[in-house]
Amino acid sequence: MDHVIEARGLAKSFAGADAVRGVDLTVRAGEIVGFLGPNGAGKTTTLRMLTTLLRPTAGTATVAGHDLIADPAGVRRRIGYVAQGGSTNPSCTALQELVLQARLYRTPDAPARSRDLLAEFDLADRPIGSMSGGQRRRLDIALGVVHRPAVVFLDEPTTGLDPQSRSALWDHVRRLRDRHGTTVFLTTHYLDEADALCDRVLIIDRGRVVEEGSPEELKARLGGDVVTLEISGDVPHARSALAGLASVREVRVTGRTLRLTVAPGDRILIELTRALDAAGVEPLSIQHTRPTLDDVFLALTDREAAARAA
Amino acid sequence: MPRDTWLLFRHQLRLTLGGWFGLVFGVLQPVLNLVLFGPLLGTYLGHDSWQVFVPGVLIQLSLLSPGLAGFGILFDARFGVLERLRVTPASRLALLLGRVLTNTVVLLGQAVLVIAVGAAFGFRVPVAGLLIGLALLVPLAAGLAALSYAFALTLRRQELFAPLSSTFVVPMLLLSGALLPMSAAPGWLDAVSRATPFRYGVEALRAAFAGRYASGTLTAGLAVSVVFAVAALTIGTRTFTRRHS
Repeated sequence: MDHVIEARGLAKSFAGADAVRGVDLTVRAGEIVGFLGPNGAGKTTTLRMLTTLLRPTAGTATVAGHDLIADPAGVRRRIGYVAQGGSTNPSCTALQELVLQARLYRTPDAPARSRDLLAEFDLADRPIGSMSGGQRRRLDIALGVVHRPAVVFLDEPTTGLDPQSRSALWDHVRRLRDRHGTTVFLTTHYLDEADALCDRVLIIDRGRVVEEGSPEELKARLGGDVVTLEISGDVPHARSALAGLASVREVRVTGRTLRLTVAPGDRILIELTRALDAAGVEPLSIQHTRPTLDDVFLALTDREAAARAA
Repeated sequence: MPRDTWLLFRHQLRLTLGGWFGLVFGVLQPVLNLVLFGPLLGTYLGHDSWQVFVPGVLIQLSLLSPGLAGFGILFDARFGVLERLRVTPASRLALLLGRVLTNTVVLLGQAVLVIAVGAAFGFRVPVAGLLIGLALLVPLAAGLAALSYAFALTLRRQELFAPLSSTFVVPMLLLSGALLPMSAAPGWLDAVSRATPFRYGVEALRAAFAGRYASGTLTAGLAVSVVFAVAALTIGTRTFTRRHS
């Protein structure tokens, strides 16, 4: 099975309002895919449709080899789902919840499997009410993978966690894929999380997927590198010398500072200094910054907003 | 489905028994009724007041304990437990029945405790009557618990659940004649009372405890309880599967 998730035109409206308006997406086996978007863009609704919790108003999807509409029970057997707000009873112990979950999935030797998971996720069998936020989140994920699902859906897995717990959780997610080949589909609005964890990112805005690609591709395509130069001499002269270069996309001037958006490339600084030399301009300082996924995201949602305003 | 029901029943039961504090206080109110109100009733009803009052307290328990069962599912919904279980392949019906079964078993335990306390005051019951009486409580409790879950899932508001449920349960209790026999009621109140299922439960329970096994009262009470349970479980299952499709 190559495609673990394949959705076409998936849509959901609540009382006439469209929450999701036709999402197409494909996730390959063994991928870690990030689903990004601002609050209210339709991330969680899409996830809840793909995990059988919400019935789509339109569209089709195959998840882990089963048709979402015709065979939701088949889908449930092959997926794991980790909801946004936690999934455990604080008066249970970790092992009680894991064993129940394992038995409901008919996992052979549920107690042994549950104890293995406690070890794998660095957890002790304690009352859940006494666990830290990070431990509880790891338990949520352990519960989601107790039956070794083909794909696990994580809804904002690290929201509200401290930096140590976040990076520990990222390690666990990577391990799921690297050791067990589990496909991971996660939503997040932390762009650094998508950048650190995901092979591929889908950006959803106002109920539609507006862009997709690897974090690197998206940054190269939409963000562009930025070079900031400070000039001692004739600023307009320097500007015209640089604006003519093929790799320079845009030049903005503030006082003695030029901010260039350029095509990504390792030789860009050499090219720029040569052009300035030829024009007889002396740069005081020069700084090259790679774009972050935040830049991509803001550029995209700006573009969307502009398109709507037009 | 039976296997999932059993798994969820065992899990819920262990949780309920672990929370002994809630369990003790759940049964404390009916026991206090017995202790603080029962002796007073003797003044009016004479020496057999316990034979009238203990069945009444059992019906009170059956209304209050399963009638507020939905509270637990709202708690599970808030902590995300309900959603986690919905994504497992467990049968939707089992998700309801496992809980209903737990409430019913807990109620039977509490009922035995109430009967024991009643016996200390002088309440007497034949063994067959006791078993029939307990069996009568099963459909009433299961039906009411299923309705309570359906209501909780439809309402979805924890802060409104307890007041709205009490608004239903308390009139049901008064109308059942559990506290004072309805034979003393004016005609209209008696007529309203006959429209509620628990009226028949109370009377059947009194008949069973008095050893009147062949009476029409007992048969009517059993029939009404079973019909109530079937209707309530149907509504509960429908709501549960619709909200959990």
